[in-house]
Amino acid sequence: MTVDSATPTVPKQGFRIDFHVWGPVIALVALIALGAFLNPNFLSYGNVTNVLARSAFIGIIAVGMTFVITSGGLDLSVGSMAAFIAGVMIMIMNGLVPSMGVGWGVILVGMMVAIVVGLAAGLVNGLLITQARIEAFIVTLGTMGVFRSLITWLADGGTLSLDYGVREIYRPVYYGGLFGVAWPIIVFAAVAILGEIIMRKTPFGRHCAAIGSNEQVALYSAVHVNRVRLMTYILLGILVGIATIMYVPRLGSASSSTGVLWELEAIAAVIIGGTVLKGGFGRVWGTVVGVLILSLIGNILNLANLVSPYLNGAIQGVIIILAVVLQRQKKVER
Amino acid sequence: MLEARDVSRSFGPVEVLHGVELALYPGEVHALIGENGAGKSTLMKIMAGYLEPTKGQILLDGQPVSFSSSEEAENRGVILIHQEFNLAEQLTVEENIFLGRELRRGFFLDKRAMRAEALRLLRELETRVDPDARVSDISVSDKQMVEIAKALSRNARVLIMDEPTAVLTTREAEVLFRQIEKLKARGTAILYTSHKLDEVARIADRITVFRDGSRVAIAKAGEMTEDQMAQAMVGRALSNLFPPKVLPQKRETVLSVSNFSVGTIVQNASFDLYRGEILGFAGLVGAGRTELMEGLIGVRPGAGHIEINGKPVRISSVGDARKAGLVYLTEDRKGRGLLLTKSMRENLTLLALNRFGRFAIDARAEDEALAKAIQEFDIRAANRAVPVGNLSGGNQQKLLLAKTMLAEPDIIIIDEPTRGIDIGTKQQIYHFIQKLAASGKSIIMISSEMTEIIGLSHRVVVMRSGRITGVLSGDDINEDVIVRHAMGLEGKVAA
Repeated sequence: MTVDSATPTVPKQGFRIDFHVWGPVIALVALIALGAFLNPNFLSYGNVTNVLARSAFIGIIAVGMTFVITSGGLDLSVGSMAAFIAGVMIMIMNGLVPSMGVGWGVILVGMMVAIVVGLAAGLVNGLLITQARIEAFIVTLGTMGVFRSLITWLADGGTLSLDYGVREIYRPVYYGGLFGVAWPIIVFAAVAILGEIIMRKTPFGRHCAAIGSNEQVALYSAVHVNRVRLMTYILLGILVGIATIMYVPRLGSASSSTGVLWELEAIAAVIIGGTVLKGGFGRVWGTVVGVLILSLIGNILNLANLVSPYLNGAIQGVIIILAVVLQRQKKVER
Repeated sequence: MLEARDVSRSFGPVEVLHGVELALYPGEVHALIGENGAGKSTLMKIMAGYLEPTKGQILLDGQPVSFSSSEEAENRGVILIHQEFNLAEQLTVEENIFLGRELRRGFFLDKRAMRAEALRLLRELETRVDPDARVSDISVSDKQMVEIAKALSRNARVLIMDEPTAVLTTREAEVLFRQIEKLKARGTAILYTSHKLDEVARIADRITVFRDGSRVAIAKAGEMTEDQMAQAMVGRALSNLFPPKVLPQKRETVLSVSNFSVGTIVQNASFDLYRGEILGFAGLVGAGRTELMEGLIGVRPGAGHIEINGKPVRISSVGDARKAGLVYLTEDRKGRGLLLTKSMRENLTLLALNRFGRFAIDARAEDEALAKAIQEFDIRAANRAVPVGNLSGGNQQKLLLAKTMLAEPDIIIIDEPTRGIDIGTKQQIYHFIQKLAASGKSIIMISSEMTEIIGLSHRVVVMRSGRITGVLSGDDINEDVIVRHAMGLEGKVAA
């Protein structure tokens, strides 16, 4: 009578790879092997840096998304939010050039603005969800439209370009680096490591999983459900701000097509990484693997000439569905 | 009519049923009793086609059958009513009753006929459930009635019920028993489990006792007393189900609640709790006992005056309550108490997570706390990593108790401490509660089991329709007086 008779829990003996845990890693290794096989340049310093730096934006956002999804939420607005933040940031920096001159001062103010606007946007999402008690899907679908429309309006349907002088100084934030490692990669790595520690080792991470697993149980266990939920959206907003800080120096502009479909890529990366879409279980390192898988697929298609790069989206789509199917199989086994 | 012959069933390498026999006859009520995990539910599932036996066979009308699905079993008149309901929460009562075999008129649903039939079935069950009500909106006991109506509408020849009365009030259980009598007269064979032995003695014609996956006794009702049943179930004499009452030496008020109201459900409740005392809360289901406690710990908005150790406190969340030394152990283990997909460790420390490090959680301290809890509360699990949803109800309850105690509370509110738990574990939990009280903790115990209230409580508060109708002590703690207060026949309603 130690365990319920209908659901025995004797661990299976012998060596068995747990695909639920290692599936994404195996897929990543297979992709790297395939890439190296198809094109010798694949593992070159240049290509690796390029892939990692490009995936940093989605990656930083996806780490925040992992917390939101783990606690049973969702945020569809991150792509538009990034575009909106980029637009506001550029307008403010341009506006400050006459008074402050071209220099790091302007850029630092721009960075602060990005983080504050991101935080505010996350706060709006979070408050609507926790205080007004509206479904996360609906709230963020709404704000997605609002942010996208605002950036289009700010740019008057065109493109907002950063002052040329400022752009020259700001460029190294994307293109430069430390000891040969590009800044976006460093920031992505730092965010990911910090995220992993927070998820696994802190009460906040534990509370996120508890809320996503069963909100009622969390409530009865003295977890401040609304506060933790709100925090996940604010954290995500701040991370969108940081991603935008890394993104703006790349092109030096923002338009209505900035950050399109980023939300889907971020959510896909989280799910591929093994976080449960309905919440209750999340892992940040899995999300990092998910981001890398998605960007490697695009990279390999570009390098290999086997399949048209235009089919990138189709292949990513298949991978996402496959990842969820693998998750489900695990559940049936239980 | 339906017979299990030499049936064994294994899950992986673990055999949970060892060659058991069970035969059901038309017009006979067969009660299957045993502790949690004895294999009752597994056998029921096998007989109703939800599981296949690893060995042995099932015979229907003398012919070996192997139902490939529960649907096939249902078509042949063998119907199982689950312990956890199988109702579509978002559909209406009527839609649920006819789910999967809707009445049609040509291409369309025959709503009128279904409605009339649903009403007839529900009326036969003497329940006032509205066929148009959404299942998610009706009470647990009404859901049970809907399940039974659903089975009746399928013209059951063999009806298998897994603890049907666990969630019913005494009055509702009476209606169910009358229904069972009617079904018997129609020649339906009935197999049913219950932890309530008095009930078994009353309605069963034949009794089978399971222990650890084997049949240990079979007898005609009347040949077996309740004591004999209990003894057969646990395999030893249960001398002291309840520990002796140790009254606190002096009256020291720990918690004082006055004029506390929760919405319109609880009105002007006032009571005191003394240190080292077990204060029972009795009343019918729906009397507002749970709501009152949920108001006190801040999960429901409540209004009134609360004093703890003589100081007024304001509690607006479970966190506030915990800080004030007040914890609540929910009656809804699975829905509100435990994270079923998580391991024991994560469940154990959730309420008191702040004690395991402010920024980083100290995993080693958590493991130590778990080892201590497993030992102290005798929690039995195959290994520590199993999701707690796979533990038996008794072990889940012990874990919940351990989780609550980890917050080091002064005042513990326990709601239905032994619901759906076998008698051996019950005894253990009673002793835990008694020990806590003896060590100076103060305990409020809500229970719908009269024996529990009488056997454990030092004083008893009786509630009726959201009001406290009496506080009983000494010789007044007996079934007669409690029922009279609960039914409103006696006792003043506080103005």
